[in-house]
Amino acid sequence: MANRQEVLLTGAGGQGLILASIMLAEAAVSDNKNVVQSQSYGPEARGGASMAGVIIDIDVIEYPKVVTPTVLLCMNQASYNKYLPLIKPGCIVIVDSTFVKGPFQEEYKVQVYPITSTAKEELKREVVANMLALGVVNAAAGLVARDIFREVIFKLAPKGSGELNQQAFDLGYSLYEHGSEQGAGKSAQNSQ
Amino acid sequence: MPETKPVLMQGNEACAEGAISAGVRFYAGYPITPSTEIAERMAARLPGLGGVFIQMEDEIASMAAVIGASIGGKRTLTATSGPGFSLKQENIGYAVMAEIPCVIVNVQRMGPSTGVPTAPSQGDVMQARWGTHGDHPIIVFSPASVYETYYLTIAAVNLSQKLRQPVILLLDEVIGHMREKVFIPEDSKLMVEKASDKVPADYKPYDEKGLTPLVPFGFGHYYHVTGLFHDQYGFPTGDPLQVERAQDRIHAKLDKYRDEVVLTNYIGHKEPRVVIVTYGCTVRSARAVIKKAYWQNRQPVGLLSLQTLWPFPAKEIETLAKQADVILVPEMNMGQILGEVERHVKGEAEVIPINRYDGEMISPDQISEKMGRWLS
Amino acid sequence: MAVIESSTQDYLRTKKLPHIWCPGCGNGIVTAALIRAIERADYDQSDVVIVSGIGCSSRAAGYLNFNTLHTTHGRALAFATGLKMARPELKLFVIMGDGDCSAIGGNHFIHSARRNLDLNAVVVNNHIYGMTGGQHSPLTPTGKKATTAPGGTLEREFNLLDLAKGAGATFGARGTAAQPRQLEQLIARGANHKGFSVIEALSPCPIAYGRKNKLGGAVDMLRDMKDSSISVERAAGMEEADLKDKKITGVIYNYDVPEYAEVYYRSIGKD
Repeated sequence: MANRQEVLLTGAGGQGLILASIMLAEAAVSDNKNVVQSQSYGPEARGGASMAGVIIDIDVIEYPKVVTPTVLLCMNQASYNKYLPLIKPGCIVIVDSTFVKGPFQEEYKVQVYPITSTAKEELKREVVANMLALGVVNAAAGLVARDIFREVIFKLAPKGSGELNQQAFDLGYSLYEHGSEQGAGKSAQNSQ
Repeated sequence: MPETKPVLMQGNEACAEGAISAGVRFYAGYPITPSTEIAERMAARLPGLGGVFIQMEDEIASMAAVIGASIGGKRTLTATSGPGFSLKQENIGYAVMAEIPCVIVNVQRMGPSTGVPTAPSQGDVMQARWGTHGDHPIIVFSPASVYETYYLTIAAVNLSQKLRQPVILLLDEVIGHMREKVFIPEDSKLMVEKASDKVPADYKPYDEKGLTPLVPFGFGHYYHVTGLFHDQYGFPTGDPLQVERAQDRIHAKLDKYRDEVVLTNYIGHKEPRVVIVTYGCTVRSARAVIKKAYWQNRQPVGLLSLQTLWPFPAKEIETLAKQADVILVPEMNMGQILGEVERHVKGEAEVIPINRYDGEMISPDQISEKMGRWLS
Repeated sequence: MAVIESSTQDYLRTKKLPHIWCPGCGNGIVTAALIRAIERADYDQSDVVIVSGIGCSSRAAGYLNFNTLHTTHGRALAFATGLKMARPELKLFVIMGDGDCSAIGGNHFIHSARRNLDLNAVVVNNHIYGMTGGQHSPLTPTGKKATTAPGGTLEREFNLLDLAKGAGATFGARGTAAQPRQLEQLIARGANHKGFSVIEALSPCPIAYGRKNKLGGAVDMLRDMKDSSISVERAAGMEEADLKDKKITGVIYNYDVPEYAEVYYRSIGKD
């Protein structure tokens, strides 16, 4: 992992991205890293656009806002349209093909996974799409050691849903390993 | 300070935890963004500690209830944001006049009026100083991190008790809402500074000779508490001599304990040419700049971060002004602490404002760009 | 001012007298009734707290030898709420004027009624803002003159006890300065009531209200007050039309509802 990771999780309010960002931040703390998590607040967190940022660094983090994302997750079309133009080459871009229909420009090497539809089909629960996404993101970017998440997921997931959320997280890893729908997934990344 | 394992904590939560560590057992408040997490945390935590959480009918009542509970002997805290802070002002003045300890948290959002409720701002610096009417002393702290929020809340509670003086914690939305890794000491009891409980038979709650602990109601000392100017026993007076003396006395206690009240932190070059003076979340942008300019490039620059905004750290600024050519003052408003800096620089250095008031943080680039011009 | 028995002198800060009230003011009578009611309840003096707002009647706090808290305008009940929740063993009497309680303090009044914390509100209703020189309040009857209603106020007035009842008050009583013994009993019963109690004490202000409305001197006002009042027991058998201009006195309502501090402390396992 590079010294500093700036992760942006974006989508619609209600998709659970803020919880996912807090889990990522907790996991980074358990991994002895410095971390700052922030999010968009207000009515937007309930239905409109939702954005959460997590900065992970081995150094002390001063400026707490994401400036140059190294990882961008887009869980809906609006956030994809809004945040894609902000990134620089080298940023890992992951989108949920359930909601994001492109265009997937060549230069961004967008990785496309059927995140929400997989949650619905495989686990019969759309609500855990956020954990699936977190699994994909961590698999793709290697932010925090995978085994650290289990404790965090069981601590922060709604009571009684730890196992389901862990399954979703693991399913995210499987999705990633299966590869991007656009052919820019694991194989493409390995060739970078 | 014993340290435990690191946790991820939000600024607002750290404020609540700091209060609890400092012995706060009474919270009265009213919901308002972006401070509500403090109330929510207190509502969850206080009952288990035998404390009182009460959601009042409005902000005015919250401030009043906190003062009432303090008179009952509890350590108290209330939290709000701009519009609510405006409503609390009259009773904050009451607490100053009647010398009732209490801590008021204002998680600043963009104003005036309803403004942008979820956007950060540092626009209440002057309101925190002069929000209530009349000449009055006030202590205002402004933390720049989640951990600083924790320990400044503890300091606020303890100082408030010691000086019998309301203390305001001026957070901003960035610090209030961000989560970061902190080490919270395990043994919270260490954090409570005990006030003296020795009370003379002829108890004067407003003794002219100096600080007297507040003996709570219900212990047989039948003194009077009022927002009117009063004598040593608390009874109203309009006598010019007594009024002037009382006014001098409540101001003098802050001067006497200045070393405990005025907290600042300097990092950077020993003989700086350019110094940044700032507070709250803007300290973080400034530190990022100093990290590069001084720690990496050894440029003659420094940063004075103000944990205490009021009483204003005048001496510290005067000292800096003698060393530096330029003082940069970034703040997320149209220039509030700026005037105070200018007043104490007294023309001995150039004072340059850096302002942002669009609901976004001042970035490190915005500061370093200005700084670069003065270094070349 | 009514005669104060020698034993009640313990409860007066005699060195703070004479008081600031005008000749003929009813505040002294109401204060004396309050003192006797407290004495009757036989509380430990150090457990009693007098809280007051801003206005003529609220100055009573300064003359009473207890822990006394003279707060800001309208906010006495909010201060009292904090103190009572912090120290539920204390006995709190909250003195307010009509403007203090029902205008600027109206929100705290209705919420105190709703919450049902054991506070004893004594509202001295002289239908006017006295200290500021005679402006109309929400308890000034329609048509009565005030410096801010030179032609008589056009606004409607509150019925304070109905207002409190609507907000959930569990004890409401009305007395007058013209009948100090009854007033004393009403305050004592309110003190005995576990929960929020409101005692409306009708009181003459001959200077700022009586003069403006040609109601005569203090004696005339007290006599009229007595003549126009009717006990709740007697009123029970009368037609509504006959009660139109009457002030019903006595305990108007009294309900048994859990007291909030008890509810709260029980909920956290400390009762």
